[in-house]
Amino acid sequence: MSTTNPPEETMPDIEIDPRDLRHLADAQMNVELDTGDMILNLGPQHPATHGTLRVVVRLDGERVISADPVIGYMHRGYEKLTEFRTYPQITTLINRIDWLSSFANEVPFIDGAEKLMGVTAPPRAQYIRTMLTELSRIATFVLFLGEMSLQVGGITPAFFGFRDREHILNLIESATGGRFHPNFNRIGGIKDDLPWGWLSETRSAMQKVLDSCDDFEDLVAGNEIFQARTRSIGIIPGDLGATYGVSGSNLRASGVDWDLRRDGAPYLVYPELDFKVWTHPDGDSYARYMVRLQETRESARMVVQMLDQIPEGPIMAKVPRIIKVPEGEVWVETENPLGQMGYYIVSKGGTGPFRVKIRSASFSNVSILPWLLRGVYVPDVITILASLYFILGDIDR
Amino acid sequence: MTDPTTEPDTGAPRGEPVADATTEPAPELETAEPEPTGPSPLGEVAAELFARLEEELGDGIVDRAENHGTLIVRVRPEVWSQVARVARTRLECDYLSFVSGIDWLPAPKESDDGDGDTSSPAQPTEQTVGVTGGDTRFQVFGHVQSTRRHWGVTFKADVSDNAPEVGSWVPVYPGADWHERECWEMYGINFEGHPAMRKLYLPHEFEGNPARKDFPLLARVVKPWPGLVDVEPMPGEADDEAAPTPVGGDA
Repeated sequence: MSTTNPPEETMPDIEIDPRDLRHLADAQMNVELDTGDMILNLGPQHPATHGTLRVVVRLDGERVISADPVIGYMHRGYEKLTEFRTYPQITTLINRIDWLSSFANEVPFIDGAEKLMGVTAPPRAQYIRTMLTELSRIATFVLFLGEMSLQVGGITPAFFGFRDREHILNLIESATGGRFHPNFNRIGGIKDDLPWGWLSETRSAMQKVLDSCDDFEDLVAGNEIFQARTRSIGIIPGDLGATYGVSGSNLRASGVDWDLRRDGAPYLVYPELDFKVWTHPDGDSYARYMVRLQETRESARMVVQMLDQIPEGPIMAKVPRIIKVPEGEVWVETENPLGQMGYYIVSKGGTGPFRVKIRSASFSNVSILPWLLRGVYVPDVITILASLYFILGDIDR
Repeated sequence: MTDPTTEPDTGAPRGEPVADATTEPAPELETAEPEPTGPSPLGEVAAELFARLEEELGDGIVDRAENHGTLIVRVRPEVWSQVARVARTRLECDYLSFVSGIDWLPAPKESDDGDGDTSSPAQPTEQTVGVTGGDTRFQVFGHVQSTRRHWGVTFKADVSDNAPEVGSWVPVYPGADWHERECWEMYGINFEGHPAMRKLYLPHEFEGNPARKDFPLLARVVKPWPGLVDVEPMPGEADDEAAPTPVGGDA
């Protein structure tokens, strides 16, 4: 466990032919068998990081002594940019924060602007918003359910994940026109009503999702190798995770029974839905997988409920043509697929906000990495990163 | 608890803020009025939270308001790090949502907005201070929540214009580490007691605090916002004869 670095010890002040240095280092290594630390740059282009996260890990053999995530390779300065945009323009920006569940990003911001304006979207618009939010959640999670297996060497489920996400993206595309960046929310409602046949298509797609969740449970979660690689690996204690700001499925997998859809300020139509909040007592990578698996099923059931309950009616409230938001402040938070997404909007009465604090889930979820990675083995770093499930756009904003 | 240590703390630097102490009862009286007028069910929660806070912090609290269902408490900067401890223990807020800063300076006015051009937001020209007020240009604000009791509180504190600094929340909420580093590099607000204050997003050699209102958005300096324009004229538009008609336009 010595932290001395042999070449530095042997190099000072003496005129040495550089060609001899390697020989000298080798000689000392052979004599003392000194195991120096190694610094390994994991990323910024590592496939397990879903983007450009760089984790500088200091290794002693195969064990991580310390890990330091380096972020900011994709920092786009959205908090500054929002001060130079009008409210309708900002939804375009915030679509790109968490690009796997773009629709879910829009909802809290629009919700906050509506609260400041005193506008309420009609019930049908609220239902469509909730359905699309849950569809985003399913699209995000089925990709995770497949990709998580990829990180431990099982390639086939990854294709299943992409296949199932395609069903959902097709639904989102046919409703909103955009596969990844719907930009569909408007202050006071949504842009368009649902197309013909969308409800029945969604119903059959939800059955497909439920079926493939069974597949994932058998194929991935029931796999011995997968369990050996994920059980009791990367345990986050619930109380510590909360102080780090870890939220969403990651926190529920640590036994904290907290879901903003149920426990937060009521938003969308979640109070009218009957759903269960899943938790897992273990807090390890396997628990995070299982919680997301169950939440995918729960979301599919919620969408089916909403398909039965969706009312007829208008999709836009009456709002002025030029959106002016009165002076005030509001804090809105929603349960996004990756965790707590919040906006603190400060308005000074103009067409654009004065200050928007974007509280994104992955930023806090990843900030626990220095604590979490200490003492684990290198291969487990990959599964822990995958099981935390972050999006770089959501970290860097 | 650290009550005995903080009571002298707020008392010791009293030499300077005597004027503040005299102005303090006035906002207290003002904000005492909205409470009976809004007896919503969440108002009771906010009232209970505030009672617990007042018990611990005493005159460290400057102002408070209930804003769209969220309790906002403005405290003196000297008690900022104590606030975290009280929130974690007495308010049972075990979850840190965020810590950030705000610059209340009006942004430099952009070139000729108005004139019906709604593509660029109109910038405010006078300095305002938000819901619970403020005396300085910069404020720090943070939000903590309880996963068991399902409530949350937003805290605010004024920091001085010249050497903005408050205590760190990292000893209580380790997740405040990155939030405070971001606030430090973006707003130049220092958090005393932070274990390793260094750049988070920005390159190490970057100078300036980009999120401050007087730091220009470089993209707008290089190329001003074009305003309401169609990038390409629609075929058949009569009012631009000078522009060549696009191929496939009307005959």
